[in-house]
Amino acid sequence: MANQDVQNLADRDYKYGFVSDVEADQVPKGLNEDIVRLISKKKNEPAFMLDWRLKAYRHWLNMKEPNWAEVHYAPIDYNGIIYYSAPKAKKKLASMDEVDPEVRATFEKLGIPLEEQKMLSNVAVDAVFDSVSVATTFKKTLAEAGVIFGSFSEAVLEHPALVEKYLGSVVPYTDNFFATLNSAVFSDGSFCYVPKGVKCPMELSTYFRINAKETGQFERTLLIADEGAQVSYLEGCTAPMRDENQLHAAVVELVALGDASIKYSTIQNWYPGDKNGKGGIFNFVTKRGKCAGPRAKISWTQVETGSAITWKYPSCILLGDGSVGEFYSVALANNYQQADTGTKMIHIGKNTKSTIVSKGISAGHGQNSYRGMVKIAKSADGARNHSQCDSLLLGDKCGAHTFPNLEVGNTSSTVEHEASTSKIGEDQLFYLRQRGLSTEDAVGMIVNGFCKQVFNELPLEFAVEAHKLMNISLEGSVG
Amino acid sequence: MDPMLKITDLHAKVADKAILKGLSLTVNPGEVHAIMGPNGSGKSTLSYVLAGRAGYEVTSGSVLYQGRDLLTMEPEVRAREGVFLAFQYPVEIPGVSNKYFLKAAYNALRKHRGEPEMDAGAFLKFIKEKAKLVEMDPAFLNRSVNEGFSGGEKKRNEILQMAVLEPRLALLDETDSGLDIDALKIVANGINKLRDPKRAVVLVTHYQRLLDYIVPDFVHVLSGGRIVKSGGKDLALQLEKEGYGWIEAEKAAA
Repeated sequence: MANQDVQNLADRDYKYGFVSDVEADQVPKGLNEDIVRLISKKKNEPAFMLDWRLKAYRHWLNMKEPNWAEVHYAPIDYNGIIYYSAPKAKKKLASMDEVDPEVRATFEKLGIPLEEQKMLSNVAVDAVFDSVSVATTFKKTLAEAGVIFGSFSEAVLEHPALVEKYLGSVVPYTDNFFATLNSAVFSDGSFCYVPKGVKCPMELSTYFRINAKETGQFERTLLIADEGAQVSYLEGCTAPMRDENQLHAAVVELVALGDASIKYSTIQNWYPGDKNGKGGIFNFVTKRGKCAGPRAKISWTQVETGSAITWKYPSCILLGDGSVGEFYSVALANNYQQADTGTKMIHIGKNTKSTIVSKGISAGHGQNSYRGMVKIAKSADGARNHSQCDSLLLGDKCGAHTFPNLEVGNTSSTVEHEASTSKIGEDQLFYLRQRGLSTEDAVGMIVNGFCKQVFNELPLEFAVEAHKLMNISLEGSVG
Repeated sequence: MDPMLKITDLHAKVADKAILKGLSLTVNPGEVHAIMGPNGSGKSTLSYVLAGRAGYEVTSGSVLYQGRDLLTMEPEVRAREGVFLAFQYPVEIPGVSNKYFLKAAYNALRKHRGEPEMDAGAFLKFIKEKAKLVEMDPAFLNRSVNEGFSGGEKKRNEILQMAVLEPRLALLDETDSGLDIDALKIVANGINKLRDPKRAVVLVTHYQRLLDYIVPDFVHVLSGGRIVKSGGKDLALQLEKEGYGWIEAEKAAA
């Protein structure tokens, strides 16, 4: 009956699974100090960067891969990975027209045209292909407003002081196994600095694409909003369909100074593996923001539909008095996908406030875990948190798990936690079908309704996208 | 001309329990039929079988809708072909606005008929007109489907959907249950406005009082999974006065 129909829906194809034929400049497979030095050298980095990478690498050698998450996978061979792969550039690009036509065609196919006139007029894009940023649009418009936005590699060369000051200030190189690995070998990513009092004139966005085989993608994003600045940033990601798992271990650091606000949205659609669980991206990501000054605000919104395994906990350190942290998440685990995701809200300043809204959807054999921590430090007088974690199950072979963790060290604080688990109802499906909707449309409508509170937080241009993506990702769900 | 609905010797079971045991009924376009009966007589089962709900299994008999076999159609196909069920207990769909839902349903029907979809602007105008029919505040169009609606609001919302989807055959399952007298009048009034020579209505109800406001052409008494007595609107009044006991007695005597 209905369940079988829903299962059929989940079996649609991953439409971003193509491979582009691009000549790549790669380093040899495997990891050692020479590789770290080689990556740094390829990027002409100043000495402080190489030192930092080497410290991270040496620290990493003594670390153990974490195993506390509710995810299961065969051991990763860290020497079987290529740590740097870049499309071969003949010379430094003077304009967008010089981007390798094949790379440009790839982004075109993904719906991310790199010619400015073809783009959404109010979104600037930094396009990252395998290990490097290949293009950034609207740089000039942004520069006029004083906003620095572009690839991390460029920022290291052009704004070394800013990078040195903030790199690792939120996620230190010693932070955790994957973040430390990233610190040693990260190849590129986006960098953004919004100066004092400036409201960024357009949405910023980075589009990440993994293409090459047996590579890992280790990008690093650093975003700084100076006092009173405002910025909204979105990242999207896709990868080809391959039978082997590929590792993606990224780090994102956000710094919001006093009265600044950062809105960071993610639409994660890495290849999730096939319906039998073969292949797919291991998405082990560390994202953290620091509200460093009073009344700063950081808001994370994520729509996680891709990846074989997702391991990420975008968090906020609420240091400044009256600062605000938000986390809005939709995570979908279909077929054999595993998602272990959530957030940490660390209240340190007085009257800090955090909101957590997590919507987990499990279908097929998918396993979805919410893992969250709300910590109220002794100093956080009057801190408030509200958490809401809802799980929706489609079918009876999937699972939903919730691991909330509250540490309250101040009696004047208020912490609330609500949780619910529901199954998509046969009565809901029948009701919608009786009104003429196909089972597929009915499931899509119910799931999108379930996610609405989170989708509402996305920038308008991407909310529609998220809606569609959710429908596609559900294809063949509920079993 | 084919009747709108022709049910012949219908047997159906739910979870291995026989509920309908040889039900026959013919409904023509333009007619309003009331099906009354005590609790457990099979009234709601009949509605669900006609709408195609999973778990309601037809074991024998036939149902022709405009001359075609209704039972082989998927529920959504029945809906698109013009069969509408107003639910006794309308379901909540959190996060989905009433107007978005209605537009999707309406356009699914149009697509089925080979007509172009109606755009959001035109649909909003169309639906606001329809809302007046059941005296519904347009603010309800922006609220999630049935979420936090009172019993009366849910039933009004069902009739609004009927007004928008313009079915050929409307099955109203206990539409009067849980309504106070003012809400009952509004709902009945809405249904009366939707009476049409091309449309047939089957009202399933336990109580006569709905029939004070919607005067049926025929009244049938369902008992033990069969129609045991049929008549005009006076039959409903007699049932109201004398209960269902005398029919059971008549049946036993026969």
